[in-house]
Amino acid sequence: MTSHISRRLLGAGSLLLASALVLGACSSSDADPTTSNAPTGGDVAVGDLTSSGDALTLLIGSSGEAETTAVETAVAAWSAESGVEATVQVASDLAQQLSQGFAAGSPPDLFYMSPDAIGGYSSNGSLKAYGDLLANKADFYGPLVDNFTVDGDFYCAPKDFSTLALVINTDLWAAAGLTDADIPKTWDDLTAVSTTLTTDGRTGLAFGPEYQRIGVFFAEAGGGLVADGAAAANSPANVEALTYVQSNLKNGNFAFSSDLGAGWGGEAFGKQLAAMVIEGNWITGALTNDFPDVNYVVAELPSGPGGMGTLQYTNCWGMSADSPNQQAALDLVEYLTAPEQQLAFSAAFGPMPSIASAADAWTAANPKLAAFLAGAQYAQYLPSQVGANEVVSDLNSQLESLKDGDPAAILDSVQGNLEAVIQ
Amino acid sequence: MALRVATPLRGGSRSSGIRRGERTAGWLFSLPVIVILGVFLFIPVVMAIWVSFSDWSGRGSPVSSGVNFIGVENYTDVTSGGGLAEKNFGTAIRNNAWYVVFVVPIQTVLSLFLAVLVNRAVLRGRSFFRMSFYFPSVTSSVAITVLWLFLFSTSGVINNVLSWFGVNGPNWFNDPRGIVHVALGSMGVGTAPEALSSHGFLGIDWWEWLSGPSFAMSAFILMAVFTTSGTFMLLFLAALQNINPELGEAASMDGANGRQRFWRITLPQLRPTLFTVLTLGLIGTWQVFDQIYTGTQGGPGKTTLTPAYLSYESAFIGQEWGRGSAIAFILFIIIIVFTVFQRWVLRERAVSKRRSYNYQATGKKS
Repeated sequence: MTSHISRRLLGAGSLLLASALVLGACSSSDADPTTSNAPTGGDVAVGDLTSSGDALTLLIGSSGEAETTAVETAVAAWSAESGVEATVQVASDLAQQLSQGFAAGSPPDLFYMSPDAIGGYSSNGSLKAYGDLLANKADFYGPLVDNFTVDGDFYCAPKDFSTLALVINTDLWAAAGLTDADIPKTWDDLTAVSTTLTTDGRTGLAFGPEYQRIGVFFAEAGGGLVADGAAAANSPANVEALTYVQSNLKNGNFAFSSDLGAGWGGEAFGKQLAAMVIEGNWITGALTNDFPDVNYVVAELPSGPGGMGTLQYTNCWGMSADSPNQQAALDLVEYLTAPEQQLAFSAAFGPMPSIASAADAWTAANPKLAAFLAGAQYAQYLPSQVGANEVVSDLNSQLESLKDGDPAAILDSVQGNLEAVIQ
Repeated sequence: MALRVATPLRGGSRSSGIRRGERTAGWLFSLPVIVILGVFLFIPVVMAIWVSFSDWSGRGSPVSSGVNFIGVENYTDVTSGGGLAEKNFGTAIRNNAWYVVFVVPIQTVLSLFLAVLVNRAVLRGRSFFRMSFYFPSVTSSVAITVLWLFLFSTSGVINNVLSWFGVNGPNWFNDPRGIVHVALGSMGVGTAPEALSSHGFLGIDWWEWLSGPSFAMSAFILMAVFTTSGTFMLLFLAALQNINPELGEAASMDGANGRQRFWRITLPQLRPTLFTVLTLGLIGTWQVFDQIYTGTQGGPGKTTLTPAYLSYESAFIGQEWGRGSAIAFILFIIIIVFTVFQRWVLRERAVSKRRSYNYQATGKKS
């Protein structure tokens, strides 16, 4: 009996040993990227970038056929011009596939990256901070550059962006006896028109139950989750914003899109469950495809006690630190963020060019959507520190029951969570 | 198989141990399985254990020199850190515990009931019923989740049917209220008693622990019962068909009625199958992931967050790889503990004196 057990132990031990050997072999072969490429400091030069004849791989999270084709066409044109081969891969789950690439030491050279991922990827050294090397660096909008700057390093070029604005159903607007002069300029206006537009079975204003929409009121009140690099979730301005939203929700002239039985604001708007919604540029495509009969105008969001405010959403072209051909990748990014390419992308799938030099051409092509671009001047963005994501989703879970909640208590709990994340 | 093939080889060899050739052949034949299990199961598990004790950041190999051992920090973060990590973990455990509490008993009883029904010789079209009960189990859980999202939408089929009976159905997948809280609220207990709200466990207070599954989670509970009962029905059916009918006949001769035959004759013989069904049920329900990933991603109000999904989210979205692995291993321990406990409850016991008394022939009573 004892010999049987000891033999078993021996077997288990040798299995462990064998696996340890295998693991050791894995580790010694991959040149230890964690130590060799520490996060790059402030002063970078083109000479720091790797260069080789290797082909480039791009990993994108595509919104659909139109976006994929547009990116593939642009990349193919660059390949023909530069002579460097480049392929575009469409990710089904971008965050997961990127993580796998970084862990395996073979990430794509360029990829779409959202601001909430930049904290994690920059702190573990996966990213190359190439922003300062861009020839067209000065052309990007300031808030977008800030969005992709961590500890003073401008990491990556914003590929495009969207902002939130007030989308108004013109037929319902006219039917309620309202005119262009009534487009809300202040919070009081907004309360008044949304009350006028609220009828049985229809709400004046709808938005998703999340900070990603309600945050515009924080910005308009002069608040925001982060101020001057410190957590400021429970500032008086934020409490005022949330109290304003709550009182209108209670009165029934504001509603969450989910409470109206819609998946998001655009659906509530298309189904005419709401006469106005707070949404971004992407709503135009959805309305054209799914609800072509709904007529609408896009207006800037009303200003609050703190002035104008909205939120911006953007992605950048992340470059991996392990890429063997970063110089070619940089050249490709400059090509893809140039005005003509960004305008072509905008025409194909919607978002706005991230550079000021394309603004006039874009406004000329999209006169009805000018309010979205105007938001670029005063837009805030969500905090992008490691862990801030969780804080915002915790806030969102509390916002769902805002109607019966206590705004100050909600924001106090957020402040506690946020302080743990932002040191 | 290995033995038979190896035997002729041994004939010519002059080796001292007569079974030496057999042993080599045995190892040779099992080598493919050992290698496959090692590469795809054993090594990843060992690696994940290591990651849960390390500060691996997600870049490069977890066993390279830049990764450090940091002790149980990842574990203490989620169990006693006091921060959001602990609160999320507590919420996930709460949600999943309610899910288990509802799903496992309901699916076990329902599948046994269905198995007994379709096992009856008198039932016409038995194979039709067997197939239709089993059908949800073979359908992909992702497809069923999508179907469920439509059925349980605010203006969906379920709420339409409820409205025929004058019930104003909830906004299922967007309603974060727990059903126990709602029930208590309708009885006038709307707010937490001081004793419950001032103390808690894993970052959430006892009143929150008692909230019950949210309406969104309840929809998932119904879905789990719908999809898995068929599989377990099949297990029970196989076991029922193995039971010797003579035992039941003998009991009838002794005057046992239908109910007594089921509780005293059939059910005790189903004990091994019951153990299998409960174990599989417990493991499956503690690991619920697909539905959450495709359906709600943890919402509304984090009430469908489960440890399995939280582990995925912490690692791939939050870039907290150590924490993700730690959650996975705590989940593993929870499942083991429940399985051992349940095995202990269902163990074969000697018949107690009181029980055995009933079965003794009257003549022997003194």
